[in-house]
Amino acid sequence: MKAILTAHNLASELVTTIWTPVFVAIFLAIIAYAFWPRNKAAFDEAARLPLREE
Amino acid sequence: MSQPSISKSMTIGESGLAVVFAATAFLCVIASAKALDAPFAFHAALSAAASLAAVFVIINRYFERPAALPPAEINGRPNYNMGPIKFSSFMAMFWGIAGFLVGLIIASQLAWPALNFDLPWIQFGRLRPLHTSAVIFAFGGNVLIASSFYVVQKSCRVRLAGDLAPWFVVIGYNFFILVAGTGYLLGVTQSKEYAEPEWYADLWLTIVWVVYLLVFLVTVIKRKEPHIFVANWFYLAFIVTIAVLHLGNNPALPVSAFGSKSYVAWGGIQDAMFQWWYGHNAVGFFLTAGFLAIMYYFIPKRADRPIYSYRLSIIHFWALIFLYIWAGPHHLHYTALPDWTQTLGMTFSIMLWMPSWGGMINGLMTLSGAWDKLRTDPVLRMLVVSVAFYGMSTFEGPMMSIKVVNSLSHYTDWTIGHVHSGALGWVGFVSFGALYCLVPWAWNRKGLYSLKLVNWHFWVATLGIVLYISAMWVSGILQGLMWRAYTSLGFLEYSFIETVEAMHPFYIIRAAGGGLFLIGSLIMAYNLWMTVRVGEREVQMPVALQPAE
Repeated sequence: MKAILTAHNLASELVTTIWTPVFVAIFLAIIAYAFWPRNKAAFDEAARLPLREE
Repeated sequence: MSQPSISKSMTIGESGLAVVFAATAFLCVIASAKALDAPFAFHAALSAAASLAAVFVIINRYFERPAALPPAEINGRPNYNMGPIKFSSFMAMFWGIAGFLVGLIIASQLAWPALNFDLPWIQFGRLRPLHTSAVIFAFGGNVLIASSFYVVQKSCRVRLAGDLAPWFVVIGYNFFILVAGTGYLLGVTQSKEYAEPEWYADLWLTIVWVVYLLVFLVTVIKRKEPHIFVANWFYLAFIVTIAVLHLGNNPALPVSAFGSKSYVAWGGIQDAMFQWWYGHNAVGFFLTAGFLAIMYYFIPKRADRPIYSYRLSIIHFWALIFLYIWAGPHHLHYTALPDWTQTLGMTFSIMLWMPSWGGMINGLMTLSGAWDKLRTDPVLRMLVVSVAFYGMSTFEGPMMSIKVVNSLSHYTDWTIGHVHSGALGWVGFVSFGALYCLVPWAWNRKGLYSLKLVNWHFWVATLGIVLYISAMWVSGILQGLMWRAYTSLGFLEYSFIETVEAMHPFYIIRAAGGGLFLIGSLIMAYNLWMTVRVGEREVQMPVALQPAE
């Protein structure tokens, strides 16, 4: 099969390739956010949220 | 239509919805008259009657209610809306018993086929989707709607958004269940597993679900609590993803606007892939994400302990979201699906071990410092055992997605055993635990009618689950091994009927297990009924204490 390079091919190639690093980057950013030392107090507070009602 | 008075007038929602339902009733009468098949005529007539009832209820409610709508706050405290939660909790219990009962009937039919009595309406092929839809969508769905409406209000410290909208969601959803269920009995199905309802039921569910999403979202947006609690993230993922799955899997072209039959837009292997992208993510986002939301709210609340690690809950959430959506192809191993897609599905399924067990550890360790409560509180025990079952079935699932394991397990009863360790052990127990908490809270009772009965429910149901899943494991592996056994001459060693015969004793044990699970749910229904009927009321505010006399 001959690969014909069209604008559509190129776009779909880019999209199907790029999402992997993009999703990995987003996920790493979420992990960094979760473990960021400055966020710890807020998260400890949030863990008690169901107990703070009424 | 509205009675004009100085201070009282119909809201836009009331008058608009009454008009829409009146028009719907009119259209449904026409559809019923022009129907091409009897089930469609029945469903159209049912919809017409329901629409008329809705018009009546809306107008009647308007005349009964005070001029002002319920305030968002009373004395600076949120005026929580418990009505729709009570309705959904009640329906959950009702559908739960119905679904478990139908499960017992079809389990008995497999053990003793004469039990279908040669009647088309109650033969296995029609009752099986009735069972799965009743337990997953009717029982589980009502538990999720009830608990999500409770949790989102409490953790956002704000009254549920909308006046009629939450009622539209809970009643509309249960009407969908009614149409879907009666359709199965009459032979109406699009033959997609867990997506059997035909096009008109699908359209109705789409409307209800969008309103559900809006009610939930607007409540979150109005919140008084700055932080969006993790359970709300899980609920939101559940609602959004189910909408996407429903729309992706169900595009269909009806043969006629006045007939029940339709053809799905997808064809061939694309249809199969869409079906199992839908099917497995229904497991991932309906049966997992939604019920994990219950875990993250109800276990801390009941144990009176904070979540073990809130950081872990964030990573748990996002890892689940990123991974689950790719796991579907493991349902299509060794089919016409391209090999790379099968391997992709298997790989993502195995990676799911990490968030699943991370979440399980987070749920279990929330009890640290409160383990003694397991001995005294059977409701908490139910919730915790459900998390243990979650860990067990999410260990088994990825293992079964490995292609060589799947070559033995697929199409056998092992799959049924796996599904039920998740469905009865995880979803069932976490739902029971949530309802045991929710009913006293929503009806403003001090506690349950009887903890002893909860204890009985726990042990009877646990015994039932153990009988069920161990029978299916043995039966499934036996079945798989018999199918692949060859003689020294290269012939298949067993005929198909011999494998069926070999499974007979296990089918009886399975039916016994299902029967115990059903008995447990009847004990629960009695307990909850008595809690509402005779339970001691919680004293709302101890400000106006009267001296005795």
